Amino acid sequence: MKTKGYNSFRTVFAYVLLIFLSFLCLFFFYILIINATHSHAELQRGFHALPGSSFLENFNNVANNGEFPMIRGIVNSLIVSGCSAAICIYFSALTAYGLYAYDFKLKKFAFTFIMAILVMPTQVTAMGFLRLITKMGMYDSLLPLIIPSIASPAVFYFMYSYLESSLPLSLVEAARIDGSQEFRTFNQIVLPIMKPAMAVQAIFTFVGSWNNYFVPALVIQSKEKMTVPILIALLRGADYMNRDMGKIYMMILVAIVPIILIYLFLSKYIIAGVTLGGVKG
Amino acid sequence: MKKKLLSVVLASAMLTGTLAGCGSGGSSSAPADNGGSAETGTETAAADTAGDTAGDTAGADAQADAGKVINIYSFNDELRTRITAVYSAIENTSEDGTVSTLNDGTEIHWIINPNQDGVYQDKLDEALMNQASAADDDKVDLFAAEIDYIVKYTDADVDAAMPLSDLGINPDTDLADQYAFTKTVASDQNGVQRASTWQACPGVLVYRRDIAKDVWGTDDPVEIGKKTADWATMKTTAEELKAKGYYTFSCYADTFRTYGNNIASPWVESGSTTIKVDQKILDWVTDSKEWMDAGYFDPTVSGQWNAEWFTAMSSSAKVFAYLFPAWGIDTQVKPNWDGEAGGWAVTNAPLSYNWGGTYLLAATGTDNPGHVKDIIMALTGDKDNLTKVAKEYTEFTNAQSVMDAAASSDEFKSDFLNQNPYGYFADSLASIKMAPLSSYDQGCVELIQNAFGDYLKGQIDFDTAKANFETAIKERYPEITEIQWP
Amino acid sequence: MLFVQKKRKLVSYAKWGYIFILPFFASFFIFSLIPLVDTIRYSFYEYFRSGIKEIGPNFIGMKNYASLIQSDMLKYAGNTLILWLIGFIPQIVIALTLASWFVDVRMKIRCQQFFKVVIYLPNLIMASAFAMLFFTLFSTKGPVNSILMSLGIIGEAIDFMRTALGVRSLVGIMNFLMWFGNTTIMLMAAIMGISPDIFEASEIDGCNSVQRFFRITLPLIRPILAYTLITSIIGGLQMFDVPQILTNGQGNPDRTSMTLIMFLNSHLRSKNYGMAGALSVYLFIVSGILCFIVYRITNDDDPDGSKAAARKNKRGRR
Repeated sequence: MKTKGYNSFRTVFAYVLLIFLSFLCLFFFYILIINATHSHAELQRGFHALPGSSFLENFNNVANNGEFPMIRGIVNSLIVSGCSAAICIYFSALTAYGLYAYDFKLKKFAFTFIMAILVMPTQVTAMGFLRLITKMGMYDSLLPLIIPSIASPAVFYFMYSYLESSLPLSLVEAARIDGSQEFRTFNQIVLPIMKPAMAVQAIFTFVGSWNNYFVPALVIQSKEKMTVPILIALLRGADYMNRDMGKIYMMILVAIVPIILIYLFLSKYIIAGVTLGGVKG
Repeated sequence: MKKKLLSVVLASAMLTGTLAGCGSGGSSSAPADNGGSAETGTETAAADTAGDTAGDTAGADAQADAGKVINIYSFNDELRTRITAVYSAIENTSEDGTVSTLNDGTEIHWIINPNQDGVYQDKLDEALMNQASAADDDKVDLFAAEIDYIVKYTDADVDAAMPLSDLGINPDTDLADQYAFTKTVASDQNGVQRASTWQACPGVLVYRRDIAKDVWGTDDPVEIGKKTADWATMKTTAEELKAKGYYTFSCYADTFRTYGNNIASPWVESGSTTIKVDQKILDWVTDSKEWMDAGYFDPTVSGQWNAEWFTAMSSSAKVFAYLFPAWGIDTQVKPNWDGEAGGWAVTNAPLSYNWGGTYLLAATGTDNPGHVKDIIMALTGDKDNLTKVAKEYTEFTNAQSVMDAAASSDEFKSDFLNQNPYGYFADSLASIKMAPLSSYDQGCVELIQNAFGDYLKGQIDFDTAKANFETAIKERYPEITEIQWP
Repeated sequence: MLFVQKKRKLVSYAKWGYIFILPFFASFFIFSLIPLVDTIRYSFYEYFRSGIKEIGPNFIGMKNYASLIQSDMLKYAGNTLILWLIGFIPQIVIALTLASWFVDVRMKIRCQQFFKVVIYLPNLIMASAFAMLFFTLFSTKGPVNSILMSLGIIGEAIDFMRTALGVRSLVGIMNFLMWFGNTTIMLMAAIMGISPDIFEASEIDGCNSVQRFFRITLPLIRPILAYTLITSIIGGLQMFDVPQILTNGQGNPDRTSMTLIMFLNSHLRSKNYGMAGALSVYLFIVSGILCFIVYRITNDDDPDGSKAAARKNKRGRR
């Protein structure tokens, strides 16, 4: 009986903590959404618990602001994140398959090498990267934000582990006997098997790229190519913008809504994906 | 250190040949002017030596321009509204404010980046360095510079901005009505005017009438002016305000310009890499500390341009006054005031000062010299337009004859202030001693306020604040080798 | 005969192995290795831009390295460490607690899916937008202060952005909120991977839940804990977006929230290539040491943890 009492106390405590943490997670978004519906004058008077009526007005202000082209920024972010995710998972899968299915002299070296660069922060090469892309004429363009994601050691490793557990080499042999070309084998037999792993990594690569700020901020100069995080940073520095807080809240809202929507639709898979990473393989 | 500057690479295209000996060749060679304008095409180095512009007439011919896009760089939307108000060739402006179309089909592209933390200058410098290789429609044609960093762009050795005479503007005749000090600021080290502004920025004190009435029973600018005559009187006034629960100013940064504009020597002497902090700046720190501790500033406000600072201008706030030139009243106080019009008034500041001033510069290598000339003349050299701007925006415009008449004319009365403020502007202007400028002013002002803000708020001691300023300024300007304190 | 034939077959397919891994290595070589070499090279030069003039490059040997050591670099390293700890300690404690509750059959927590979705949500928010949001929410006249004041909890507004404690706490709270959900879900998966037999046996032996947690659960999920720690350290080393946006790159007050990457960023911003290069090399060495520790730990004790680490590392956890 004693244990039971202790357990029910524990359960109550657990719920209290969980509700508190959920409150913390959601509270800020609640304020954000509420404030995005108020005009600047209303916000100056203090916080309101209920939504106001300026949602459309604020939204129009944001949509029609050429100085902080949020809509354009979202399109750019979608292009960069979408392309990055696509080429990242494709080439990572390709590399993983190359190292998994074939035997060659440098195989062990290549594998060790990728493992060694796994924890190298991108920031340390930023300076050289900036100079390089300037020389290549890719300064202030979206390409240098996309192409380097071909080499993503972490995604490669995930794919490699997945292949190890789910692709029997006999399948590849069988395809060869059927006369399938190596590239065809990869595209038509291996890729479908890797779908679950690719889906998970596509989501994470997309989110990572969507939220990326350091490198894009150094590479992108012109307004029409800016991605969302750069616009947010620009907004933080634009003192005079503080004259319309309603607009600022709306900009933040616009910046995070696309990801939240994607998340709400895919939350099951995303959480399953995190779990997949946690289970020892 | 100066020797190192010899290896300077000039990246903007050079129109005149004066620099041949100085640039390290290569990147800075080809004159990139492919505009069809006669003036620029035939300009020679001789024009650089000032004054030699007699041959110019109003020949600037916009139709001759090759460019179809005029790129204007600026740091907020003020310039756009001003140019749109006076430049009659503009037919319409897109809803998002990025493109204006002229009646001849040319487009103006407005490229706006925030001033703070040097962002605007970074972007502008980037564009100017690529000016020579940029496609015609991507070249910078006209850009704005604040008085805090204009020296960087008017520098004759850098040649980022064209002498006005090369555009076909004769500063001596066409801009004769401008205030002399604005012309000095706009000129390079050889006295050649390379920029032009539509505003002079004598600072005044703008205060809340309702608070004045509550504390002293009167809101009359003359009476209040006696209470704000100098810093000693100001302290008594602050004490009276405090007794009634009001703050005199919103924060320590508000008083900065009255000190900062009265420094004896520039932050950095031309060609030097040493920052000399003026005694006046340290006076500001000591006085501000005293005021801060006495409770004359609103403790919830930290520095300028943030949400708190703006909120302190609303009717619910307890802040009595701000120190602003004309532009501050129109672009800062007015949009944040949620009470009745006529709620504020202007009187004399405890010390005269100049704060700011936006200058227009024609970028070297522009492919639209005709249009650029027209815009500069329309906004800064046209008496009718300057009158219009003054009336519409209560701006203290750069036309002496107009301003001299304004103080006594009812037409210049401001509804927002419920008075004619031009007398106070003019008085302030008369006693301004323009501070010597350097190209490092913006960084120095921003970072010294930042570093000593921590000190004034009681977070760190004085010496740490000094050290923090030194670190930050060297990070912003790597060429700075030494910081000297008085 | 058979042997020879097989060998030939292997050789002929080896070509494909090289072809398949070529894009990865080409991309790495161009976009990471060349920049890295370039970065190291210019770390020995005086090379910066002054306004619209470029100074250098002039070879100056180790001078950049020396002046960095004399600068406040170590202070920023300390800041980075403190900011990371403020976020990480509550993160790991809460995550462990929640994970053990979620899998505890006797507690039968309802709405698990809902809680998981909610606590993972902040992980997906753009760090820069999140920081911008916190900046507006916690300003002296912002909603948080006005709510606290109207509830009568505080008398006058708290100036979060002006005290080291305030700014550091905000950064810590943000990092905590962004990452505790992720860690919880991962630890949960790890705990669920433990054989139920072990728990049953412990129950028969009379273990209570606290003993069970410390004696059984913790040791068995050590690999994943080690992984969490390591990826978090590496993420912490790279901490940038949150303090950068929150303090607008100043690291106020008194530069107590200036991280190493913010320091690097300010050199890159002023186009001080030499100094930025030297700082990058320092960072490279530090992350190299961390990397070495990763392999020591994961290879000695836990061959599986390294795999997990590999999977999640790229997400730059804090």
